[in-house]
Amino acid sequence: MDVIIENLPQYWDGFLRTLFLSGVSGIIALVVGTVLAAARVSPVAALRGFSMVYVEIVRNTPLTIAFFFAAVVLPRVGITFQQFEVAAIIALSVYTSAFIAEAVRSGVNSVPVGQAEAARSIGMKFSQVLSLIILPQALRTVIPPLINILIALVKNSSVAGAFYVLELFGNGKQLANANGDAVVWVLVGVAFFYLLITIPLGYLANVVERKVAIAR
Amino acid sequence: MTTQVPGDALVSLKAVNKHYGQLHVLKDINLNVRKGEVVVVIGPSGSGKSTLCRAINRLETIDDGDIKIDGKELPAEGKELAKLRADVGMVFQSFNLFAHKTILENVTLGPIKVKGVSKGEADKDAMALLERVGVGHQAPKLPAQLSGGQQQRVAIARALAMKPKVMLFDEPTSALDPEMINEVLDVMVQLAKEGMTMIVVTHEMGFARKAADRVVFMADGQIVEDATPEEFFTNPKSSRAKDFLSKLLTH
Repeated sequence: MDVIIENLPQYWDGFLRTLFLSGVSGIIALVVGTVLAAARVSPVAALRGFSMVYVEIVRNTPLTIAFFFAAVVLPRVGITFQQFEVAAIIALSVYTSAFIAEAVRSGVNSVPVGQAEAARSIGMKFSQVLSLIILPQALRTVIPPLINILIALVKNSSVAGAFYVLELFGNGKQLANANGDAVVWVLVGVAFFYLLITIPLGYLANVVERKVAIAR
Repeated sequence: MTTQVPGDALVSLKAVNKHYGQLHVLKDINLNVRKGEVVVVIGPSGSGKSTLCRAINRLETIDDGDIKIDGKELPAEGKELAKLRADVGMVFQSFNLFAHKTILENVTLGPIKVKGVSKGEADKDAMALLERVGVGHQAPKLPAQLSGGQQQRVAIARALAMKPKVMLFDEPTSALDPEMINEVLDVMVQLAKEGMTMIVVTHEMGFARKAADRVVFMADGQIVEDATPEEFFTNPKSSRAKDFLSKLLTH
């Protein structure tokens, strides 16, 4: 137990970095995922195809491969980063956006087709139908799965620890090495700080879901 | 069968055909609707009348033939089609009010986003329209808080807000409880009296008698009769129409 209290500053450092990685990647993934979902339902075949291939490839390969690409392959082809955090954010965003895209797409499918027909019949273009009528309703219905994905993202960000990013898990590893006699407590500390992010996220999901629910 | 010169038709359908797979839902449809005319389309279920109505603003595509609105051919896709649809008001059987928008926003969204009207002006027009259909005091509510009849009247106001040249009604009262049908029909009769061009698919024979200039009777994807309501209801020519009317009158 003492090991946690003695090393609180390092835990706190890792906690903030995890929060930062998850926050930035989460926002990027939400935007990219929504755009991918929109592409998937667009009338342009090329966009639909691109979105499908992206989602299928990214969703069905391990996160470590995404990290490996961002941290090792990209620099080899000339895209270098000052910090490994950038590579971690790219990997986490790319990976998470595929799941977001699928969740949003299921939300789009849950919006009654009459909503789109009504919007088209008052003269809206496809982009307006999507952004003003379909997506606002779709996103509200998929808040629980979206939060699930974001919780997974927070936990997935621990992979960054293996790629030289000193976030919560990376710091945990260092502490475990330095305190060989208290490894269990070091890891309990790591778990506690993860819970500090993920449990409130779950509560947030409930609150937001109740607030924005649409009656039909 | 057509009773007027095609030249002054606001809506004109020429040799329109549509198939759903093997099913031939619209068979060689020719129909002209003049400005200010109220045409009621009736017929048994599955006769293609809803498909016809939806084809006029291209919510359904057609296989061949052509449809013109105010002399302009219906564009196939994109911006041009959107622009044309703004001129054609549509009222659906299931209302289809935007579920996440208030009643007022439902009516103002089109004018603001499609026509670029300022919010203040759109709000003012929308309130006037909502008052006119008798739901002005419901403006801040969400659609789910209104009764079916109220929702359908809002849907009519939403379509009118675009100042359409023609209004299409696809079975506007079929999803309503009996006591709410009249409040919607009253609005439609009023609209007809004010000179709006209307194409109404309905089972409400009372409305057809009261407000229609012409009754178009469809069966099996074809227009079987096209006559004045007086003529159609008292002296139907085809056996198909006689059969249909006799079934209505037995109750």
